[in-house]
Amino acid sequence: MTHLDGNACAGALSDLFGDDVTLALGRCAGCGHDAVLAEVVAYVTAMGTVLRCAPCQAVLAVLVTTASERVVDLTGLSSLRLAAPADGG
Amino acid sequence: MTLRRTAWHRATVVSVAAETATARRIELEVPTWPGNDAGSHVDIRLTAPDGYQATRSYSVASSGPGTRLVLAVDEVADGEVSPFLVRVLAVGDPVEVHGPLGRFFVWTPSADPDPAPVQLVAGGSGVVPLYAMAAAHERSDDGSEFRLLYSVRTPDDVFFRRELAALRRTRVDLVHTRSAPEGDRRPPRRLVREELDRLTLGPALAPRIFVCGSTPFVETVSRWLLEAGHAPAAVRTERFGGSA
Repeated sequence: MTHLDGNACAGALSDLFGDDVTLALGRCAGCGHDAVLAEVVAYVTAMGTVLRCAPCQAVLAVLVTTASERVVDLTGLSSLRLAAPADGG
Repeated sequence: MTLRRTAWHRATVVSVAAETATARRIELEVPTWPGNDAGSHVDIRLTAPDGYQATRSYSVASSGPGTRLVLAVDEVADGEVSPFLVRVLAVGDPVEVHGPLGRFFVWTPSADPDPAPVQLVAGGSGVVPLYAMAAAHERSDDGSEFRLLYSVRTPDDVFFRRELAALRRTRVDLVHTRSAPEGDRRPPRRLVREELDRLTLGPALAPRIFVCGSTPFVETVSRWLLEAGHAPAAVRTERFGGSA
């Protein structure tokens, strides 16, 4: 299947983090590469989304939404840097 | 730069109109909408009577303050959501909107008296967020040079034809891939590297570049831009396609 990029899961990530995080910087736990989430590789299906590191293709995150819950696996991200909210909250 | 916070909103369809033979312009009234960041997108969620839900992302064509949200949706053959939006959705219908989304791909006016020029590169319906940027620039005091290179299948597939023609502060170059308008000396064919180099601002001008289109289009164009010498951080990309 054709991949997209992290822009495509801005909505799903926003549901988790409470705001848009496409500019957040994620570090690959596999190769250490830093990328803004908008630029990571995204495989989007009706079942969920898999985010992969563009250089090494390791899985960074898996997002699955069912009728009753959201399941998130972030083990492929060793860190995530988000800007402090503008309103201080 | 403060961007608008993301949330779910209830919206009502206030107008629908054919955009092209396969696409439709949909205007929504969103009473709680915080306004439009140029280049952003929204998730649209539809709920069937049995509770089944489907969510898809669409770029926002409108820009600036207000509670009106304009989308231009291209119908994807065999799709689940886009045929409904293009053929069935009617004025007065409710939809749920999640946004604005995608801060990475947003253009905001610069306070810099001598701002970097901006190059927009669109493939097909990827023109929607780039049109929003050009329209926002048109209304702003931002003095940066704006150019749009728009690759489109045929003259009948051009989105925002009238609006693009009316832009006074953006130079628009169209390249046709399947059939060209009468009198066009360029034969219809895919955008080639030499044209990209010739029809876009060069690396010496250090433009900010926004590229939006299908994944193959974006990857080809961004590779050519980087090989031409543009800085990776200056090139922002957004891919669409896949689920429909």
